[in-house]
Amino acid sequence: MSSDVKTTTVDSKPEVKSPPPKPAAKKTEEKPVELPAFEKSISDKIIEKFGDKVEVGFVKEDRIRINVGKEDVHNVAEFIRDGLNYDHVESVSGVDYPQDNEIEVVYHIGSYSDSSLARQILVLATRAQRETNPIPGNDATKLPTLRDVFYSVEFHEREVFEMLGVFFEGHPDNRRLLLPEDWADLPPLRKDFAIKGR
Amino acid sequence: MLKDLVTPENANVFIGKLGDILEKAIDKPLGYAINWGRIWSLWPVHIETACCSVEFGAASSPRYDVERFGIIEAFGSLRQCDLVVVQGTITRKMAPRLRLVYDQMPEPKYVIAMGACAITGGLYFDSYNVLPGIDGVIPVDVYVPGCPPRPETLIQGCMLLQEKIKRMKARKFV
Amino acid sequence: MTNELPPGLALRKVDERIMTLNVGPQHPGSGHMRIIVQIDGDYIVACDPDPGYVHRGEEKMAEYRNYILNIPHLERPVIHDSCNVLYPYVLGVEELLGIEVPERAKYVRVIASELNRCIYIMYWLAIYGIFLGHSTMFMWPAGDRELLIDLMEKMTGARVTHAHFVPGGVRNDLPPNFEDVCLRHVNYFEKRIKEYAAVFYDNPILIARTRDTGVLSRQDAIRFGTTGSVLRASGVDYDLRKKEPYDVYDELDVHTNVMKEGDSYARSRIPWLDMLESCNIIRQALQKMPKSGSVRVKLKPNPKGKGFDTVYKRVESGRGSLGCYIVSDGKPEPYRVKLSVPSFRNLVALPNLLRGEKLGNMPSVYWSLNYWPVEADR
Ligand code: SF4
Repeated sequence: MSSDVKTTTVDSKPEVKSPPPKPAAKKTEEKPVELPAFEKSISDKIIEKFGDKVEVGFVKEDRIRINVGKEDVHNVAEFIRDGLNYDHVESVSGVDYPQDNEIEVVYHIGSYSDSSLARQILVLATRAQRETNPIPGNDATKLPTLRDVFYSVEFHEREVFEMLGVFFEGHPDNRRLLLPEDWADLPPLRKDFAIKGR
Repeated sequence: MLKDLVTPENANVFIGKLGDILEKAIDKPLGYAINWGRIWSLWPVHIETACCSVEFGAASSPRYDVERFGIIEAFGSLRQCDLVVVQGTITRKMAPRLRLVYDQMPEPKYVIAMGACAITGGLYFDSYNVLPGIDGVIPVDVYVPGCPPRPETLIQGCMLLQEKIKRMKARKFV
Repeated sequence: MTNELPPGLALRKVDERIMTLNVGPQHPGSGHMRIIVQIDGDYIVACDPDPGYVHRGEEKMAEYRNYILNIPHLERPVIHDSCNVLYPYVLGVEELLGIEVPERAKYVRVIASELNRCIYIMYWLAIYGIFLGHSTMFMWPAGDRELLIDLMEKMTGARVTHAHFVPGGVRNDLPPNFEDVCLRHVNYFEKRIKEYAAVFYDNPILIARTRDTGVLSRQDAIRFGTTGSVLRASGVDYDLRKKEPYDVYDELDVHTNVMKEGDSYARSRIPWLDMLESCNIIRQALQKMPKSGSVRVKLKPNPKGKGFDTVYKRVESGRGSLGCYIVSDGKPEPYRVKLSVPSFRNLVALPNLLRGEKLGNMPSVYWSLNYWPVEADR
């Protein structure tokens, strides 16, 4: 695979209409002086390594957000673990954006072993294509799993799979977790799944 | 004459009928004794369904001590129990299990629906995974409102159930 | 009922040596979840936790209610730790709105949160007693817990579901004379729980049941992303009250309890040490708290206007670090609320801890993970 194919897809994606990164990204350009130094140094390391494959969503006190395309999420996660000493994932949340036709999966990554990173949370966000009529597991809504990088995502990714229908390729155990066994409706956390009477 | 009436084929029927007759004859005193026994030894099943179980636990604690009213703490086996206290929300995943538990219990059995969730769905009335009350799953004897009910309320519910048992016909289940 | 059972209820095939056993959801040693264990004789060879019996869709419901109406149902996952489970949500909304909370409210929050931590741990300890078949261990903590519940009732008006924290402070000021009563109760409470050391933690039976069972090494604790008492029992010094102090924890002297063994005994002892620490924190907070002042600021409409914004806040709850991820699109209702709950995070460790363990040790290992099923399912 040539690298230029990757970069074009990644670049085009967030620039279409991705709501969360935009205002924050603008802020970083307007007043770069106020950026906290330590957090800036971490995000710079990632930028240095991956160039324009990644996009810095925001750099706030204790929080860094990195947006990355789904082709590179595995590499970036590996670098975050090996190069930056982050060692566990606290939470994996899926957010549905029907207006962009995308589902965002957000990993909140922290570190226990490096005490200078104890306050830090690195937010790694990636996006999968969204299908209007989902067939969980058998449609284009797929992402590579991070379970071989961070063991702690095991149950979280299973939860995202059943709640939003994002299939994680390579996950050893993609079964149902919380919902009843005979659930046959839409994945419930999608925006087009309406609850009773609303 | 009795020999003609009772043949080996219909002996069972005859004895069953005799039991009925006997019960009818001594229903009042025997029924009272049976009910009295049931009232003071209600064994709840150990099935927790949601957060109301915290207050159910508190009701067994030394301060409220529901045991002095004959409700024994939920440590026993399912086959020896005669009371289900549904402690809150019943989700769609739990409902078949609740029914299964109820079906496996021997007669007579009583049900207390504890908490707003068990009565109508409570806070979760519009959730996609919660049943709007448990009446559709198992028959309920006493409703205990609250979110969660205070232990005192639960104790009152238990005493209401005892009142109810006292007025029940014991014969039905003998 | 029809003859055909739903798929999850069907009996599994049993081969000659390995037997599959469903523990729960109706079992004195499981709580509201099912653990499917495969046993060879008395030893567990594989374990597959099956949570979800209390999955009530809190996160979906939060998208339909406005930020204030979300408070009562977001504290329901752990009603006996309701202040702490609400804490990150409230902090997150405050950060989204950009409001500063009055000093006194911050101290009230810290006191309420620490009292709630004790209430939670006492309940957990009581149930641990049931799981170990130790009746005294149920009765004592369940009785002493009421002391602090009284205190919370005085403060907030409800036994367990307080809904006391609101964005902008706390709902009510402290009742008159609260400081003295609180100090008296906490001192007595501390004296009581110190006796537990002799009765429970030095008890040879409890030690025999819990020592060297379910050992979690330091490496694994980090790799699995466990949190709270499980993590600290494995020798990792990590407590958000110290590492990322929120509200006024940076002005208080917080000591983190760490043990190295990583077995069930250490995991059951750490929460008890935490309670002693909580008593210290409450006393400090009572001393440093401003004696008067407002406890709640009025909320204004979102100054940032429309547009997407995200926030991730976390606090140290009774079970470990509890995070809340809020995505807001400027409307009165949140776009997405995600609770990252410690019980769910600790669950990853369970299959790995139980492998090779005796079946009889299952309840003690399972409950020592500081697990509360309702919270894990949300
Ligand atoms: S009634 Fe309230 S306390 Fe009881 S289960 Fe429902 S939400 Fe929980």
